[in-house]
Amino acid sequence: MLKVRVIPCLDVKDGRVVKGVNFLALRDAGDPVEQARAYDAAGADELMFLDITASHEGRGAILDVVSRTAEVCFMPVSVGGGIRAVEDARRLLRAGADKISINTSAVENPALLSDAADAFGSQCVVVAIDAKARPDGSGWEVFTYGGRKATGLDVIDYAVSAVKRGAGEILLTSMDRDGAKNGYDTALLRAITGAVNVPVIASGGAGSCADLVAGVRDGGADAVLAASIFHFGEVSIGEAKAAMRAAGLPVRPI
Amino acid sequence: MQKIVLIDYGSGNLRSAQKALVAASATLSGGFDICASDDPKVIAAADRLVLPGVGAFAACMRALGERTGVIEAMAEAVQQGAKPFLGVCVGMQLLAERGLEFGQTQGLGWVGGEVRPLAPSDPHCKIPHMGWNALEEMSGHPLLRGLEVGAHMYFTHSYALFPSAPSDVIAQVDHGGRFTAAVAKANVAGVQFHPEKSQSAGLRLLANFLEWRP
Repeated sequence: MLKVRVIPCLDVKDGRVVKGVNFLALRDAGDPVEQARAYDAAGADELMFLDITASHEGRGAILDVVSRTAEVCFMPVSVGGGIRAVEDARRLLRAGADKISINTSAVENPALLSDAADAFGSQCVVVAIDAKARPDGSGWEVFTYGGRKATGLDVIDYAVSAVKRGAGEILLTSMDRDGAKNGYDTALLRAITGAVNVPVIASGGAGSCADLVAGVRDGGADAVLAASIFHFGEVSIGEAKAAMRAAGLPVRPI
Repeated sequence: MQKIVLIDYGSGNLRSAQKALVAASATLSGGFDICASDDPKVIAAADRLVLPGVGAFAACMRALGERTGVIEAMAEAVQQGAKPFLGVCVGMQLLAERGLEFGQTQGLGWVGGEVRPLAPSDPHCKIPHMGWNALEEMSGHPLLRGLEVGAHMYFTHSYALFPSAPSDVIAQVDHGGRFTAAVAKANVAGVQFHPEKSQSAGLRLLANFLEWRP
């Protein structure tokens, strides 16, 4: 039986961790590879690097991070941020990434999903969707550019079309919950997990072990992603898995 | 000094597989020279071969075939030289006689059977089969030494190899029905999962491969 994945996410800018682990005495707390090693040792099921480098020139740094991570961490690694073309994805995969996550460019250039899926297979193409509830309660809208630009697209319709184009997984972030630590938007998760047949990663809002459990049990997520609760040591990977196991969810033993 | 050659035909997981083999070899006595190559001379002279692979069966088979002399060199080492061979993910699927992804494509044919889409009986089981899953129905094959039933490996695929001879299957996995997790026939073996991404259990399997004497 497939296990629920616990995925810590590291924000990386110009090759350095922006908001990372601060509960461990790392030699170089800004080095993404050190942090990746810590999560590897802690039993994380997968690791996500989100490259938030603003400048085009700075983009090469993430390749070095991925390559150095693949030298010492033998676990699945996904990378998102700034992937605009199949060649961007190819470089990351060659460096050692297992999956590439596409957000804004998938909205602006929908063919990118199918081109990447044709080139590398759907299993390594993740569509990242930033969703925000409509004020009138009529569902959710897709936002791009890190949540700055409204697209007018309905999240459910968009998710279905992205999967048709070749996305093999959905990273679903609730903008309403992101950073609030009051739990994932399980209604949003339920709406998407009920509409597509690819794995869905819950993101945005996890503040406790109970929230991680709810994302899976109530939202139907296949994996749970979180950043600060892991980085600040509020919840360890081990505690997250123990809580899920206690709730009857299947997890990989550490 | 054993020469381990990963076949370089543009596959995305080449580098990860190479690094994992290096890490696995560090746990063993005896010297290992682990390199990636698409040079038929280097491939034919290898002591052990590893064929990585991600993506679609047809695209991988085409990329392999486009490199002049590579398939022939692999056959020389594996079939005449009886050198141990490990295929990983699509590299394992290519061992089959044919693949049914994007039309029918001929495979290497070193293991009887075909590669078909996964069709889980349970509608809750999603495709791709993505994540950590437990090995079941394990044979006592040397590749699996030190791994117990329930050992978790990282899978990510939508197709699987269905061998014509059940005895070629050395481990299975369950995702709305059981299918092949690992095959072995004489000196040829393959794993559907990614040992290079399966932490200590994966490194153990790679170390077993480096020590395997079929």
